[in-house]
Parts: sequence; C-alpha cells; structure tokens
Amino acid sequence: MSALTTTSATGPAGLAAASAGLAGPAVSTTGLTKRFGHQTAVDHIDLAVPRGGVYGFLGPNGSGKTTTIRMLLGLIGPTAGQHTLLGRPMPGGAGTVLPRVGALIEGPAFHPYLSGRANLRRLDAADRWADPATAGVRVDAALDRVGLLAAAKKRYRAYSLGMRQRLALAATLLVPRELLILDEPTNGLDPQGTREVRTLIAALAADGTTVLLSSHLLSEVEQICTHAGVMHQGRLVAQGPLADLRPAGHRISASTPEPEAAVRILGELGVTDLARDGDEVTGDLGDTPPEKAVAALVHGGVPVRGFTTVRPSLEDLFVSLTGEGFDVSG
Amino acid sequence: MSVAEAVTPAAVASEVRAVLPRPRMFSPRFLLSELMLIFGRRRNWAGLAVLAAIPVIIAVAVKFDPPSGGGGGPDFFAGITENGLFVALAALTVELPLFLPLAVAAISGDAIAGEANTGTLRYLLTTPVHRTRLLAVKYAAACIFAFASTLLVAGVGVLMGLILFGGGDMTLLSGRQIGFGEGVLRVLGVCAYLGICLCSMAAVGLFASSLTEQPIGAMIGTMIFTVASFILDNIPQIDWLHPYLLTHSWMNFGDLLRDPVNFTGLREGLLRAAAYAVVFATAAWARFGGKDVTS
Ligand SMILES: Nc1ncnc2c1ncn2[C@@H]1O[C@H](COP(=O)(O)OP(=O)(O)OP(=O)(O)O)[C@@H](O)[C@H]1O
Ligand SMILES: [Mg+2]
Repeated sequence: MSALTTTSATGPAGLAAASAGLAGPAVSTTGLTKRFGHQTAVDHIDLAVPRGGVYGFLGPNGSGKTTTIRMLLGLIGPTAGQHTLLGRPMPGGAGTVLPRVGALIEGPAFHPYLSGRANLRRLDAADRWADPATAGVRVDAALDRVGLLAAAKKRYRAYSLGMRQRLALAATLLVPRELLILDEPTNGLDPQGTREVRTLIAALAADGTTVLLSSHLLSEVEQICTHAGVMHQGRLVAQGPLADLRPAGHRISASTPEPEAAVRILGELGVTDLARDGDEVTGDLGDTPPEKAVAALVHGGVPVRGFTTVRPSLEDLFVSLTGEGFDVSG
Repeated sequence: MSVAEAVTPAAVASEVRAVLPRPRMFSPRFLLSELMLIFGRRRNWAGLAVLAAIPVIIAVAVKFDPPSGGGGGPDFFAGITENGLFVALAALTVELPLFLPLAVAAISGDAIAGEANTGTLRYLLTTPVHRTRLLAVKYAAACIFAFASTLLVAGVGVLMGLILFGGGDMTLLSGRQIGFGEGVLRVLGVCAYLGICLCSMAAVGLFASSLTEQPIGAMIGTMIFTVASFILDNIPQIDWLHPYLLTHSWMNFGDLLRDPVNFTGLREGLLRAAAYAVVFATAAWARFGGKDVTS
C-alpha cells in the first residue's frame, strides 16, 4: 500500500518541475478535427484543460469523446488542427510527454491468458522510463490501490468487467503521472467501485495530478470535477469551470395554502417561469437572493409552510445542450 | 482501493524510485516480455510439439522399415540408418515447405494484428512504445522464434537419430566422409541458413500483420504468399520470375553438405533473404508508422 504514494512523493510535483511549459494548460487543442470518410467525428474543438484541474469531458454516445482522446494521445492523426500535451506539441513530443501521462482509452484491454499482475508487468517492461528495480513493488502497489491485489494471480480472462476496468486503472498508476486521461473510468463498476474510483481520482487530483475524465454519466462527474466540457455531435458546445457552466440563479419552490397570492408577490419581485401545482409554487429566481423572496412573501402576508431553493444541475445544462433524444447522432 | 491509506509519509514513498532520470536506451525487458508471451502461450506450445514430432516419427518409421536404398524419397532418408544426424536433415527438409513456415507465419502474423485484436496495441503505444521500436522488438522476437523452431526440429532429430542409429562418421552428398563433430557443425550451419530464410519470411508476416486487425488473416496471407512462392518456383515456364521468389533458394542448404561447400548458392540465398527482410520490414514500417490506431 505504501508504495502507492510514489504518485505523491517522487510524483507529479517533481516531474512537473523538470518539465517545460509548466505554466500552460495540461491539454490544449486548436481547431482539432477528425473526419472518418464523410463523417466529421470531431469538429474544430478548442479544448483547454488547466493544470491541476479535474476536467469532465461530457457528451452522449457517439459525440466524439473517444476520438478526441485518441487524437490527444497520438493514436490517430487529426484531419486538421494542433494540440499540446503538458506544454509540448504533439505528436512530436510524444516520447517525452507520454511517459508522464496515464491513459485509459475506450475500456480495458489486456492479454487474456496472462494474469492481472503479469499484464501490468508487461506494460511496465515496455516503458523505457520505468525503473526495473522497483517493478514488482510498483505493480503490486498499483493493484492494491484499485483493490485487485487478491485477484492478482487470476487470468485476465477470468476477470469480471469491473475487475478489468480496475486493472486498466491500475495500469495508469504504475508510475507517477502528471496527467491522467481516463475514458469512462467507471464503466462497468459496481456502485461501491464507482465511489472508490471517484475517491481515487479526487486523491490523485489532490496530489496535483491533472485529470481529464470522459463520461456520459453526469452525476458522477459533477462531484469531482472542477471544469467541464460538453461535446455534442463532434462539437465542443460548452467549456469552463463548473461554477461558470451552471445556469445562473436559483430555482425556488414555496409551499403555501395561498398560492395565488404567492404567485402575485413573486411575480412583482421579478421571478420568472412561475408555475402553480396545488399549493406548490415554483419559479426562476434569477439574480435575486432567495432570502429576499422569503421576506417578500412573509411581508405580503402569505403563510409559508416550506421554501426550498434548487440550483440547476449540470444535468439540466447537459440536457439543454445535447437534447434529450435517445437516438445517437450518426 | 483504500484511498485513505494512500496518504502515507513521503519518507516511505521516496524509497521507491519509480521513474528513471532518463530512459534506458537499450533494454532487453520488452523483448524478454515479448518472448515470454510467445513461448508461454499454449497455442505455440502445441505448434512446437507438432514440429518436434516429425523427426520422432521419421526416426521411428525408418527404424522399423529402413529404406531399401536408391528409392525416390528425399536424399537424406537413405542416409539415416548409416548416421543419426540425417534424421535432423530429413526432418528439416520435410518441414520446410509447410510446417516451419506455418509456425513463423503464426507468430509474425500475430505481431501487430494480434495486439490490435486484443486492443493492447493502444496501451503499448501510449505507454509509450515508439512504433518503430515496437516493430523492431516484434520482428526480433519472431526471428528468435524462427531460429528456435529450426533448432528444435534439428535438435530432436539429432537426439532421436543418435538414440536409434548412433553417430559416427557422416557421408556427405558429394561422397566424402567427415567426422561426427564436423557433421554436427554442418547441421548447425544448415539451421542457421534456414533460420535466416525463415526470418525473411517473418518480415513478410510482419508487413501482413500491419495491414489488418485480424491475426488469422495476416497468418493466412503470409502462408499463401509463401506456398505460392514454392509453387511458382516449380513451374519452369516462368523461370524469369524465380529469382524474385521468397523461397527460391531455401533448398540451397544442401550445398552445406557438399565438399567443398559451394558458397555461390548460399550467398545468393542470404542476399535474397536480406533483400526480402529489408523490403518488407520497411514496408511494415511505412505502413504502421503513420497508421491510425482505432482498435
Ligand atoms: N474508426 C472509425 N471509423 C469510422 N467512424 C468512426 C471511427 N471511430 C469513431 N467513429 C465515429 O465517430 C463518432 C464519434 O465516436 P466516438 O467513439 O468518439 O464517440 P464517443 O463520444 O466516445 O461515444 P461513447 O460515449 O459511446 O463512447 C461516431 O459517430 C463513430 O461512429
Ligand atoms: Mg467512447
């Protein structure tokens, strides 16, 4: 367990100091585009992932998240545009940058007949930067960190989907990383596993690791992200710090036996989108502070039984940006 | 997944050095891992067992029913009863047109396509392993396998031959007698020559492997290329084509069993093998170097 802390000790801070372009964003793209035949899978996106941030890369199925991640890592060449990773232009800088980047791309993939441990040892053997002397310790530490140590000797073939996903996460933790690019890291995990991965990512981020995290499950990203970008049909339709992305203002809901009076008073206060449902009144407060609305109701003689404010969730934004339709856009 | 424990004193952590100050320029680690993957795989064990079974079958068959001399079979069968080393040569001759190429095609065809098929290619490339280095290591491993297969067939042949027929002096194709030691050396020379020939074929397999994500497809393609080369080489009407064929000089290994050794044919065979290796390894590199990895 202890060796895991390599991530924090010899880790990102030390490496970051040695690397160039410290100040710039961890990931930056300009006009990055990928066309497959006639289809534009990724369409002129300008991604900016700040150092030390946890960036939620959101979008429905087929919106181009994985394609973007493949381009970032140099697996596929962009049709147009450029990008930098940790301040170095790619793909030229791949040799110096990628050792400091851990990646999970479109699900786990390992040799089925090797054990989990043997699979990690193979990846470590392929890494010219990794110290062979500490390989055994680091492999077991990474397995421990994702809770797989007990199944280390099992063949990968016999792993469950969640165990496979954990092994892929372990592979990104073999050496300290400055940047983690994780494509749907919680896919296939049980609720407990999902929570653990979230905690793990938060811990890594606390150590100074930048995390780019793709997902279509907003609820799980919202809790750990500092920034988010939303993809829709190959375009980046929104991007920024989470606080800035959320629709401004509160939505309120007041419970009262005199809803008509409440609607009138709140309307005078400038509350929009007012609606009445039984003795429940809801509306958009805009910039008005909620306490002012409560005071106005009480001053107006409306008996208030209950008053709640709801901040619009990222989910609402997501749905408003990408639509609610079930069909993927081909 | 005990994240709480992750926050341990930095003192403990600093004892574990994870990253080298600069990358290792030359390291056998990846190649060794590759060889462990090849030689640890049950499918390949089965293939090697088949390769090794042939000299056993030959030796036992000849022991029970010795050829009556001057028969129509391959040259080396007649010599087996006289000297056990000929079992190795007979086995190599029999396995050269199909079994040995099949083994090499299975490994070299799997090189890139196999990793693409399991999806591990994307993780190797982002480790990162430079694409040129990946090809070099994969090719080196396939070549080692080619030599190992050849030596296995010869080794089992020599062993079976010595057990059933004994050693002693060896009569060369040109009629002269040589001692047992020199006989073994000449068999080793044959293995080296055939190993190099198979390495040139492995380059073809590597190229085929860079074209597809289906290892079986790459293997079959490589086999078709090799067998077609054997067939075309036996059609005298197109003799203008023969010098360009992969397998044209494979059977020249017999020249090592003459006295004096006729190096003309061997040299030509080595040059042809080198040309094939260079052309197809370069083609694989050109193809794989800038290819989109979408597997
Ligand atoms: N190799 C390829 N050839 C052709 N089209 C492709 C290829 N890879 C991806 N695409 C197309 O590009 C689009 C984006 O795919 P991508 O895998 O990037 O989506 P995604 O956002 O990762 O989706 P998901 O959430 O389902 O993982 C899709 O319409 C897909 O069909
Ligand atoms: Mg995807």
